Amino acid sequence: MTGAQVTIGLLERQGIRTIAGIPGGANLPLYDALSRSTRIRHVLTRHEQGAGFLAQGMARVTGRPAVCFATSGPGATNILTAIADAKLDSVPVICITGQVPRAMIGTDAFQEVDTYGMSIPITKHNFLVRQARDLLRIIPEAFSIATSGRPGPVLIDIPRDVQLEMVDFAQWPEIGEREPVPACFDGDLDLAVEMLNSARRPILWLGGGVVASGAGREMLTLAERLSMPVTSTLMGLTAVPHDHPLNMGMLGMHAQRHTNMALEACDLILAAGVRFDDRATGKVQEFCPQAKVIHIDIDHSELDKLRAASLPILGDVRDVARALLPKVEPAERQEWIGYIEALKRAFPSRIPEQGGHATPLELIRRVGELAGDSAIVVTDVGKHQMWAAQGYPFTPGTGWLTSGGLGTMGFGLPTAIGAALAAPERKVVCFSGDGSLLMNIQEMATAAEQGVDVTVVLMNNASLGLVHQQQELFFQANYFSSIYDVNVDFGLIASGFCWKTWDLAGAADPDAVLGEALAHRGPTLIHVPVDRDEKVWPMVPPGAANRTMLGGECHA
Amino acid sequence: MHSDTSRTVLDVLVKNHPGVMSHVCGLFSRRAFNVEAILCLPLDGGEESRIWLLVSEDERLEQMIRQMRKLQDVHDVRLRPAAEETFAQLGQIMSA
Repeated sequence: MTGAQVTIGLLERQGIRTIAGIPGGANLPLYDALSRSTRIRHVLTRHEQGAGFLAQGMARVTGRPAVCFATSGPGATNILTAIADAKLDSVPVICITGQVPRAMIGTDAFQEVDTYGMSIPITKHNFLVRQARDLLRIIPEAFSIATSGRPGPVLIDIPRDVQLEMVDFAQWPEIGEREPVPACFDGDLDLAVEMLNSARRPILWLGGGVVASGAGREMLTLAERLSMPVTSTLMGLTAVPHDHPLNMGMLGMHAQRHTNMALEACDLILAAGVRFDDRATGKVQEFCPQAKVIHIDIDHSELDKLRAASLPILGDVRDVARALLPKVEPAERQEWIGYIEALKRAFPSRIPEQGGHATPLELIRRVGELAGDSAIVVTDVGKHQMWAAQGYPFTPGTGWLTSGGLGTMGFGLPTAIGAALAAPERKVVCFSGDGSLLMNIQEMATAAEQGVDVTVVLMNNASLGLVHQQQELFFQANYFSSIYDVNVDFGLIASGFCWKTWDLAGAADPDAVLGEALAHRGPTLIHVPVDRDEKVWPMVPPGAANRTMLGGECHA
Repeated sequence: MHSDTSRTVLDVLVKNHPGVMSHVCGLFSRRAFNVEAILCLPLDGGEESRIWLLVSEDERLEQMIRQMRKLQDVHDVRLRPAAEETFAQLGQIMSA
C-alpha cells in the first residue's frame, strides 16, 4: 500500500465519512487514493479556508473530529485561519496538508512553505510525516490528541513522496480514541460544597466547556438547587434554556445591564468551562470584585491563568457537576434572587419577548421562533453575531456555531454547509452580515453543488458594522474604511450561484416572506436591509471594566 | 551574567525529533516570556532529549510550566535551580 492509501484507510477506520478539501500538486496522491474510497465522500470547496470551516461545522455539530485536506503552499496558508479558529474554540479538526517531496523541503521549491513551523502556534499538535510507515502511528494519535482533554485541531503535513512510498504492515493499528479524564480530588469537591453552601450571592458562569462536555442539565440542576443565577459566555449560550428564570444571558461586553451588575455584586462565582476571555470579563482586575472564584476546567493551564481561583478544580465539568450535586444543600436565597429581580426591573432587558420585524433583535427572535428548537444556528462575525447571541431563543437542543475566540469573519457560510452535511435532518440557519458573507461567498457554489439545506439570513448594513460603531463611539465618528460605497446586489449574486433568494426590503408582509423562505429546503438567502445606525447595545468599551456600559438603557 | 531578577532553570524532558525545539521555544516567544539561555542534548539512545532553560522566576512561570506540560512532545518539566551554576560556567567559557 502507498502512504496515501494507508492514510485514507486509517481515516475510514476512524469513522470519517466526509472530507472537505481542494486538490493540488502536492496532495494528488492522497486524492487519487480518496477517489477509490467507497466509504468517504469528498466535498470540493472553492477555497481552502472554506474546507477548514466546513470541517469545523461537522465537528462542532457532532462533537467528533472532522477532516479537511489542502495542498502545500497557498493551500496550507489558506486553511490556517480555519485551523487557528478551531484552536481558539477547542474544536477537534484534523487538517491534512500535502507538502513538497522530502528532497525538496528547505529549497524554496514551488508551492513550498514551512507548514509545520507555521502551524505550531495554532494547533494543539502537528506532525511532519518523514516516512510512510509513521502514518500508522501518527494518524490514530492525531485523533486521540484532537479529542482528548480539551479538544483542538491537529495538522498532519505529508510530503508528496511519502504519500507515494510503499508500506508493508501485518495489521491495522488500533484507532485513536479519546483518553479518559482523570477524576477530580474529593477534597476539592468538599471545599467547593462548603463555599457554595456558605455563599450568600453566588453566580454560576457557564462556558463552551459545559456545552462540549454535555453538562448543561447537571449545571442547571445545580443552579436550581442552590438558587444560583446563571450567566454564560458566547460559547456557552445553549447550556441552559434562554427563558429559564435563573438565566441572565450572556455576560461581558454586550451583556444586558442587569447581568453585568449582578456579577458586580456576587460573592462567589462558580466558573465552569470558561477561560476568562476579555470579552466576557472586561478589565479582568475589576471583574466580580467581591467574589471568590471556584474554577472548573479540563485544561490545567486555564486555571489561575488570568485570575487566581480561590478553588481551582481540574476535571471534566460534567463529572464535577455530577459529583457536586448529591453533596450540596438546597438553598432559597430569597434576598439574592430578590436583588436580581430588582436589577432586572431597574435595568430591563432590551431583548424582545416576541419576534417581529422592526429591529434586528426582533427579527432574530422571529427566525428562532420559526426555525424551531432543534435548529442549528450559525453566525458570522459582527453586529449580527452579537444580536443573535443576545436575542436568539436558545434551548439546550439548539446548535450554536459561532467563532468565539478568533472572531473570524467568513466563518458562517462554510461552517453552515458542514453543519448541514453532518445533520441533514436539522434546519441550519446562518446569520451573516454583508462584510462577513463576502469573505467566503465563493462557498455558495459548494452549497449549491451539495444541495444543502442552509438558510443565510443576511443582515445588510452596507458597512463593517461593529467597526463603524466603534469609530462612532471611540474615534469621534471618524468613519474610515468601514462603509462600502458599492452596494452589492446579493440577491443577484446568490441567484448566480443557483440559490433561492428572498428579500425583506419593502415586503408588504415580511412575516409571510420569512416563513416561506425558511420553509424552503435547499440553499436559501434571505436579504434583510438593516439601518447602519442600529447598534449593539449595551457596550463595554474595550479595556474598561464591565460596570462601564454605554447605551442600551431601556425605559420601560 | 546579570542577576538583578531571580532566575531558575527548567529541566524539560522531551521526545527527540526535529520539531521539538520549535515547539518549546515558540511557546515562550509567543507568550512573551523571556528565555535567557538554552541547553539541549540528546539522551542515551536518542529517543529523548533534555532541555535546560534559564528563565526568570516571576509569577508567570507556573503558567508557562502548565502550558509546556500540554505540549505532546514534552514528557516532563521540573524546576532545577541548581543547574544555574552550569550556565554560569558555560557563560565564562563562551565569553572567553
